[in-house]
Amino acid sequence: MAKVYTRPQSLLPVPSGFCPGCLHSMAIKLVGEVVDELGQLDNTMHIIPVGCSTLNLLYWKGDNLGSAHGRAPAVATGFKRCCPERLVFAYQGDGDLASIGLAEIIAAANRGENFTVIFANNSTYGMTGGQMAPTTLIGQKATTCKMGRDPADSGYPMKMCELLSTLEAPAFVARYALNTPKGVNEARKGIKKAFEYQMAGKGFTFVELLINCPTNWGMSPLQTLEYMETNTIPYFKPGVYKDKEAEVK
Amino acid sequence: MNSVQISALFCKGCAYCVKFCPKQILEMGTVRSRKGHFNPVVTDPEKCIACGICATMCPEAAIEVTKGE
Ligand SMILES: Cc1ncc(C[n+]2csc(CCOP(=O)(O)OP(=O)(O)O)c2C)c(N)n1
Ligand code: SF4
Ligand code: SF4
Ligand code: SF4
Ligand SMILES: [Mg+2]
Repeated sequence: MAKVYTRPQSLLPVPSGFCPGCLHSMAIKLVGEVVDELGQLDNTMHIIPVGCSTLNLLYWKGDNLGSAHGRAPAVATGFKRCCPERLVFAYQGDGDLASIGLAEIIAAANRGENFTVIFANNSTYGMTGGQMAPTTLIGQKATTCKMGRDPADSGYPMKMCELLSTLEAPAFVARYALNTPKGVNEARKGIKKAFEYQMAGKGFTFVELLINCPTNWGMSPLQTLEYMETNTIPYFKPGVYKDKEAEVK
Repeated sequence: MNSVQISALFCKGCAYCVKFCPKQILEMGTVRSRKGHFNPVVTDPEKCIACGICATMCPEAAIEVTKGE
């Protein structure tokens, strides 16, 4: 008898606070699997943002540190500089990271701060009821754009991996989609690589995870997986956008 | 024998496991759990190959998979 899969030890033995089918659960589960594998739970510091992922406060078993909306990279910077031996990750939503916190993420990435950002992009402001985010797709409806996003009015959805990978300092920048087993398995590897780079002191690492929001997209969980395949993924293309180690070789 | 354990405490009835099981041996049940969700049931345990895909795709980490002798 061999266990093929067991629930990560890095998660508390309680149900998550997320809605049914929400892939925030998947994202933090993957982080938990990697932290388990690296044996780092007691050494992690999870920087909590504002958004639905704040619910991880009651789900992640390790240490948590709260931050003001969008300011997780600034808090992570301070903590990591004081405690460089700790494995630090900020877990941020797209409204948090690409809107109110845009200055903080770019500045931290540009300084090459040695921590990891897990960027959970569901192209909406989930927690506050589905307003348009900087990442809302063209034509995607939101409570603040009933007819769907129109670039003439609101600009185009912001591609954070593409943007950050133009900076000199970041060591690893990659995007994965969590709507298929292949995407999930690749994302796990990406998160592991980011954490290993951080532990080796290589600098700023950024892992974008394309997720969903069944509740505010107004779809069943299974419908959101299809929507991601036909709408989200063609625009936010998965892939490794920057890998300093690969450049050296 | 291979086995799949689904936790009624954690499962939220999204049906991702049902969609991705390559053997198509998972099906949504018809009775609500105490949490108010429909949980999947294993229709043909003999056919499970313990691939773990259901557990991989379960966002709630509600599934544990064991490979038999
Ligand atoms: C300073 C400040 N402004 C606004 C809010 C309201 N607010 C809470 S969560 C949120 C958006 C979160 O969206 P996102 O980061 O995409 O996370 P999601 O819930 O989608 O995972 C906003 C605007 C706040 N809490 N604090
Ligand atoms: S509102 Fe959306 S992002 Fe928030 S927990 Fe529910 S499904 Fe997930
Ligand atoms: S382990 Fe594989 S074959 Fe068995 S139920 Fe899960 S997905 Fe299906
Ligand atoms: S994937 Fe997990 S939460 Fe969803 S129905 Fe299957 S066991 Fe339940
Ligand atoms: Mg969001």
